[in-house]
Amino acid sequence: MINLVRNEMLKLLRKKRLYVIILIIAFLVPLFTYAQFKEIQDQREKMGNQDWRTVLQQEITDTQNRLSSSRIQDEWRKYLKIRLSQQQYYLENDIDPRAPGAPTFMRIFVENSIDLLLPLLVMVIVADLVSSEASGGTIKLLLTRPVKRWRILLSKYLAMMLSISFIVLSVAVLSYGISGLVFGYGGWNMPLLTGFAVSGDELLTENVHIVPQWQYILMEFGLVWYVCVIVGTLTFMLSVLLRSTAAVMGIMLASLIAGAILVNMVSSWESAKYFFMVNLNLTNYVSGMATPIEGMSLGFSMAVLAVWGIAGFIIAFVTFSKRDIY
Amino acid sequence: MSDIPALEVENLTKKIKRKLIIKGVSFTLYPGEVFGFLGPNGAGKTTTIRMIVGLISPTSGTIKIGGKNVRTEFTEAMRHLGCIVENPELYPYLTGWENLEHFAKMDASIPKSRLQEVVALVGLSNRIHDRVSTYSLGMRQRLGIAQALLGKPKVLILDEPTNGLDPAGIREMREFIRTLAREENLSVLVSSHLLSEIQLMCDRVAIILKGAVIRTDSVQNLLAEQERVIWKAEPLSLAKEILEKETEIQEGLDGTLITLYDEPLLPEWNEKLVQAGVKVKEMRTQLPSLEDLFLEVTGGESID
Ligand SMILES: Nc1ncnc2c1ncn2[C@@H]1O[C@H](COP(=O)(O)OP(=O)(O)O)[C@@H](O)[C@H]1O
Ligand SMILES: [Mg+2]
Repeated sequence: MINLVRNEMLKLLRKKRLYVIILIIAFLVPLFTYAQFKEIQDQREKMGNQDWRTVLQQEITDTQNRLSSSRIQDEWRKYLKIRLSQQQYYLENDIDPRAPGAPTFMRIFVENSIDLLLPLLVMVIVADLVSSEASGGTIKLLLTRPVKRWRILLSKYLAMMLSISFIVLSVAVLSYGISGLVFGYGGWNMPLLTGFAVSGDELLTENVHIVPQWQYILMEFGLVWYVCVIVGTLTFMLSVLLRSTAAVMGIMLASLIAGAILVNMVSSWESAKYFFMVNLNLTNYVSGMATPIEGMSLGFSMAVLAVWGIAGFIIAFVTFSKRDIY
Repeated sequence: MSDIPALEVENLTKKIKRKLIIKGVSFTLYPGEVFGFLGPNGAGKTTTIRMIVGLISPTSGTIKIGGKNVRTEFTEAMRHLGCIVENPELYPYLTGWENLEHFAKMDASIPKSRLQEVVALVGLSNRIHDRVSTYSLGMRQRLGIAQALLGKPKVLILDEPTNGLDPAGIREMREFIRTLAREENLSVLVSSHLLSEIQLMCDRVAIILKGAVIRTDSVQNLLAEQERVIWKAEPLSLAKEILEKETEIQEGLDGTLITLYDEPLLPEWNEKLVQAGVKVKEMRTQLPSLEDLFLEVTGGESID
């Protein structure tokens, strides 16, 4: 099996797809770094010449005032206390929460690329993994070896997993390395809030707690990896079913973009939450953004994705083992 | 020639979209023989070969390679098989050597030294480290054969191996296939739609038409029945008169006469012509065309 996976990796590398992906990321990161940099400058100008410590101190006083009010709900009080300790940490440790370090940039970068950019990059790698062997005719040589068909497909699937891991890792390394040149490399321990939940129009804060940024980033990269594997598996299935790589890309591209559009307009179409493409934005649950449709949660979205992924995996392997190759 | 068949195909049928494409094909290959699979385009040669190599599953029938059933003992059966189905399609972005390495890695029983052996065998040593996208068709064909020979198979299956090659390439391929069968005791199944090719290469041949084998025989037997002699003689009318008394004749388009090839009687006919004062300018044998052969074995049913 190791030999089979090596073969697949060799072919992937020789097709130069991975290099292209790395180049794309290496090109986009400086672009976003510059955008972020501009935004921070803009904010600074708006605040005038005020020192950020003064602004933060004001916010702390504000929070304290609200806490001392007696009409406040218990739950809200708890949340405010957590926020207060976060703000105090910033002040004590001399961290400007609005001037991000490289870890913060990394975080923002993956949060924004999880639903479209990274799935697209994954798709570019995976789309022709099987279909190119069919359209190039090499599948005839591949499948007339003393190796069972499912093993050959599994080796391709494992090569896909390796490539996805590599892509996610490159995003981490490149976004950290490049943005650090501008923002500095510190900020791993900056405290962040997580554990928000949404019910109806309400933001539930009972489970909110503080985690250091490195933990937060690790969590988000795990989710990104998960999303990429699911998108990869579905692309993989299409690549098995279709001979034409262009058709595979077309279908995946259409679903991903449809997902990005649907997210903004399906709040009243409840059953749309079972589509895989409206469930891609897993990092939103970590940062506590509103969900596109009521009743969605991190667990729900992960489960929906898992069902799609497993179905795709089974369809791919069953068809590939049985199919007539013309 | 040993009696254990290298390849046994029994009663193979295939239905595609409710249409019966292969209608009960059976034949057997013995070790060391080159077996021709002859039929016009669309007869079902490639479809049969795809079933033998396990790319498509038969609707019914059994296939055994070296005694192993392709359906139930796939990996064991494939150990004994090397094949090229239709065109030799390899990875164009890899070098010839990398292609071979790729396929060798898929079978743990192939030692590294085997790569050099097969490269030398097909005579590709000079260009083996170039990318396949720079190869000519003939070189691809040879690389394809090298790839098929990696696992030291007992059976080699080549689907129209001379398709698209130039005359020199075709001759080279023919000689190569004969040498392989002789020196490595390989059984080779070669499909073709050209009788001339099969005739020069094969020991036995199966003729397939519309999905059914209509005849299996040694090449000599088949040809002997249908070989013809073309006469160029002057005056034509006199020659025709004399030959007509001896045998059945046809008139060629370009002022020639055509008779059957009957070796013991030929000198007699010739003598009679000469005695009657006919100048025999040319006497040559002509192989039957595939169409002639089909007409003969099918009793006049047209090919398409
Ligand atoms: N995938 C397919 N679907 C439908 N018909 C097919 C398919 N493949 C082959 N055929 C038909 O089967 C017949 C045999 O084809 P083939 O085996 O390629 O012939 P050959 O190799 O002898 O030229 C042809 O009539 C062809 O139209
Ligand atoms: Mg054919």
